[in-house]
Amino acid sequence: MSLSLSLEEAPRQRPSTVSEVVESARVVVEHAFPPLWVEGEISNFKTYPSGHWYFTLKDPAAQLRCVMWRADARRVPATPQEGLKVFARGELTVGTKRGELQLVVRQLLATTEGGFYAIALERARAALEKDGLLDPARKRPLPLYPRVIGVVTSPEGAVWHDIVAVVGRRWPATELVLVGARVQGDGAVEDLCRALALANRLTALELLIVGRGGGSKEDLWAFNDERVARAVAASRVPTIAAVGHETDVTLTELVADVRAATPSAAAEKAVPERADLVRRLAAVGAGLGSAVSRRLQLAEERVRHASTRLGGAVDRRLAATGERLRRHAARMVASCDARLAARQADLSRLGASLDALSPLKVLDRGYAVARDDRGRVLRRVGDFPPGRAFRLRVTDGEVPARAEPRP
Amino acid sequence: MSAERRPPSLEEDLNRLDAIVRALETEDVDLDRALALFEEGVERLRTARERLADAGLRLRQLREAADGGLKLDDLDR
Repeated sequence: MSLSLSLEEAPRQRPSTVSEVVESARVVVEHAFPPLWVEGEISNFKTYPSGHWYFTLKDPAAQLRCVMWRADARRVPATPQEGLKVFARGELTVGTKRGELQLVVRQLLATTEGGFYAIALERARAALEKDGLLDPARKRPLPLYPRVIGVVTSPEGAVWHDIVAVVGRRWPATELVLVGARVQGDGAVEDLCRALALANRLTALELLIVGRGGGSKEDLWAFNDERVARAVAASRVPTIAAVGHETDVTLTELVADVRAATPSAAAEKAVPERADLVRRLAAVGAGLGSAVSRRLQLAEERVRHASTRLGGAVDRRLAATGERLRRHAARMVASCDARLAARQADLSRLGASLDALSPLKVLDRGYAVARDDRGRVLRRVGDFPPGRAFRLRVTDGEVPARAEPRP
Repeated sequence: MSAERRPPSLEEDLNRLDAIVRALETEDVDLDRALALFEEGVERLRTARERLADAGLRLRQLREAADGGLKLDDLDR
């Protein structure tokens, strides 16, 4: 027996599959809407490892799922944060997997002043500041006469030629090393970081210039990238940054040791004027000459002075010692005191050491005093008969010596 | 690629020359030392002048070689 009780009517036609319905909706939606701008607030933002972005745009009443493919997302200078108000331009479709209405975003702009550029710049600046990289105390002085200067820039741009021209004119005594990098567009950031690291591997490098000529904000953008700024900050040698024109200041320039308004100005800061150095060398040469002749004159005077003093001092001391000895001898004879006999021995030791003591300062300078075996100072040629043994008192002791036979 | 150990730079030469002139101007150094300093000064002055005289701007390009090493090629002006 069969149960023929039917509460529902069976479909009169073959039912569509889910896929068919969603696919039909997708075709209709895609045809019905040309690319359009949508204004809304970012929520549920997610970056996938593939580089695609998924998020929801919402207003107080509704929300719209959005996807931004990697190739489009990477052109946005900053990752949007929750709640950011944006303008999104893209095409509507229906995502087949979830059957959801979806905006495929091609272009994303922040509604705030300066857009994503301002947001990215502020984030990068804050991160660099947090790590102390914007601290003026970090700035290193440039070498005065660099022998090897690296230049990180585009091999095709005018920057390299400008720098070659200026350095060649001012200071040819150097070597300029070009380290090529794309300076704008896709891959510029990676290229600049790689070139900065490569240049730093050159052990002879003493100074690094990084720069490019003028351009739009987008053209200069790589130089506002946190990675490029950090690569400049990490340079082993001092850096000069010159990006765009006078009015453009990029993060790279804030981090560099010196900022130049233009590449030519960077070259001028990098090397001195040859003519200035020629003058300086002449001045040093003159200074050297006059200092040494003054020094020689002084030395001569000192020798004269010292020899006079030496003679005088020794004579005076010997005379004084002799006088004391005579006095004591006389008293000794008079009293025949046994204690005086002992003092006589002290006194003769004193006499000998007094002798040795006074010229010590003079001996320090390289003079020597010749004495005979009784300690008398030998002053004249006549004091040195050939074969005579004597002692030379020098600053740190005595040397036995003998007079050679004279020719 | 340039040697690791290099002769003193012009900057070092000039700093040393300034120090020599200062030392000679004070009276603290003895005469032998003063003469040695003077000779050193004359020599450094000579090398500094030579470096300026025969200097020609040299241009090169740095690349990373396939083996990861550094490659320096001469460039024309």
